Amino acid sequence: MSESRPRTLFDKIWDNHVVERLPDGTCVLYIDRHLVHEVTSPQAFEGLRMAGRRLRRPDATIAVADHNIPTVGPRTPDAIAEEDSRIQVQTLERNVKEFGVPYIPILDVRQGIVHIIGPELGISLPGTTIVCGDSHTSTHGALGALAFGIGTSEVEHVMATQTLLQKPAKNLLIRVDHTLGFGASAKDLVLAIIGKITTAGGNGHVIEFAGEGIRALDMAGRMTVSNMSIEAGARAGLVAPDETTIDYVRGREYAPKGAAFDQAVAYWRSLPSDPGAQYDTTVVLDAREVAPMVTWGTTPGAVVPVTGVVPDPSAVADDGARAQMQRMLDYMGLTPGTRMEDLPIDVVFIGSCTNGRIEDIRAAAAVARGRKVAPGVQALVVPGSGQVKRQAEQEGLDRILLEAGFEWRDPCCSMCLGMNPDKITAGQRCASTSNRNFEGRQGPGGRTHLVSPAMAAAAAVRGHIADVRQLG
Amino acid sequence: MDKFTTLTGVAAPLPLANVDTDKVIPARFLKTIKRSGLGVHLFDTLRYDAAGKERPEFVLNQEPYRHAEILIAHENFGCGSSREHAPWALLDFGIRCIIAPDFADIFYNNSFKNGILPIRLPRAVCDALIEDAKLGGNARLTVDLDRQVVVRPNGEEVHFEIDPFRKHLLLNGLDDIGQTLQHAPAIDAYEARRRAAEPWLPATTEAA
Repeated sequence: MSESRPRTLFDKIWDNHVVERLPDGTCVLYIDRHLVHEVTSPQAFEGLRMAGRRLRRPDATIAVADHNIPTVGPRTPDAIAEEDSRIQVQTLERNVKEFGVPYIPILDVRQGIVHIIGPELGISLPGTTIVCGDSHTSTHGALGALAFGIGTSEVEHVMATQTLLQKPAKNLLIRVDHTLGFGASAKDLVLAIIGKITTAGGNGHVIEFAGEGIRALDMAGRMTVSNMSIEAGARAGLVAPDETTIDYVRGREYAPKGAAFDQAVAYWRSLPSDPGAQYDTTVVLDAREVAPMVTWGTTPGAVVPVTGVVPDPSAVADDGARAQMQRMLDYMGLTPGTRMEDLPIDVVFIGSCTNGRIEDIRAAAAVARGRKVAPGVQALVVPGSGQVKRQAEQEGLDRILLEAGFEWRDPCCSMCLGMNPDKITAGQRCASTSNRNFEGRQGPGGRTHLVSPAMAAAAAVRGHIADVRQLG
Repeated sequence: MDKFTTLTGVAAPLPLANVDTDKVIPARFLKTIKRSGLGVHLFDTLRYDAAGKERPEFVLNQEPYRHAEILIAHENFGCGSSREHAPWALLDFGIRCIIAPDFADIFYNNSFKNGILPIRLPRAVCDALIEDAKLGGNARLTVDLDRQVVVRPNGEEVHFEIDPFRKHLLLNGLDDIGQTLQHAPAIDAYEARRRAAEPWLPATTEAA
């Protein structure tokens, strides 16, 4: 490996984590942080048990239950009403005890969605490799970490060896010039990116998000963007660490302190891509052109500005693409040419690992303040962690939202994925700040429109998809 | 993990793009602590109506595709969630090979870990194979991993590319973890080197 070749952020993190390079180019890649949750770990623990193996580095691992946890009512594992969910959470609690894995209990204020709490607690750090049996692990890339989702076999592999067998990904640079305009957020930016490069555009790549439009985002916004890298097909999306990153990490519970922090910062400052570093692909966007976005279909790339209309399949030349568009319109119950703003909404969901941070709750509360949720609309606000919830309550955001008619819930994955009691029913139309609008994702037959927190709040108070810029 | 050498079987045509893993197995079926038994929920919403009755128009509810061992689809198969329940459900149903123009990265990886061979072939070739598959039970496909060919019912052979390391693991049914543990001395040395170079990196057991 020539040290003189200009390297990307990804190249640098990768090179620093290669334990061994096998003859065919496959690398034994060291993993610094393994985040574990209840859904994708039981079979991995069982595999270890069957093979008589232990975790190599329980001290590089942390576990939390998030997907199955109800957002109302009692939250202790034994109180979860649905049997399968209860067993899954109880199994995690048994496994962490048996294997000596650090665990954040459900009633701990630090509990929350794994991708919210990793950065929040300072467990996720720049320059590290972070994995989790969950595709939205890409979130942590906002800190300048190489973070990606893995399957359960790989969860077991990391538990047993603290490594993964991987080949380096290609480098995709997404450069966002200028800064976002009024009413447009990081969510709108990433939806616009996915709309441009498609949901398969990042396959085989790691994305580096760069440019003024990214630099200007706070950490919450950067996490929203990295979070949805996977929706563009890229397992990981990175943002180079800068002063915003360093200020964010400083003082967090699990982050290095004092002289160790200074030493870490010196290293983190060496991570940004070198001038002249080569990318396999480069895509450029102008942030000024990004409007508040709304998805109309059942893939996150099926997206238009809020001022747009439902697209017309008959305008599509390719047979397969036209059929797919028609299928999406049928599922979503949409007619071509309908203005997005005319779509009535039944349910609003504000939360998830994409948009469950304090900044997201503030954005929603700013729109909700002094307004009322439209009649017939159910609107949920679900903080991403106990700490986000506490912070919001200290700021009085819960009162603003409750007065406006929103429901203020306890932290969990909630209505993002239909694994806990929060679901939409067949035919219901939901404006959601989550990350996936796949068929049935929020509940069988449910219709999801992905939007930003401010746009979700606007939809709640108007009762239909609404341009948040018109609410003033 | 079972070896994959050659497979001759019924191929089911599924000419859809962006088949996400929520479609392969919806989240409500992920509340299991086992790997087995998920086949009955494979493609649940495509396969069954709201009352749980089979949708006769769905390919896997038709003969001979109820016994399919190969699936042929369109672009970006397996996108979305990292759930390994997707390959587990496919395997439990009996699918050992998926042919598509391309796959989402995590799904692609997860398939190999379960002895399922994902084959990338150009869209036009996939479409030709889909036409073959529509001929039903008399039109079986053969997949020969060692020779890296798909044999069409008319005898024509289509070559496919595969990473040599993954091919080796699949042909021999090798467990990744056992392979990697042979590198334990290198992992030990690496950890010692990192502790010296980056002593600032705290353990997850060391909250302030």
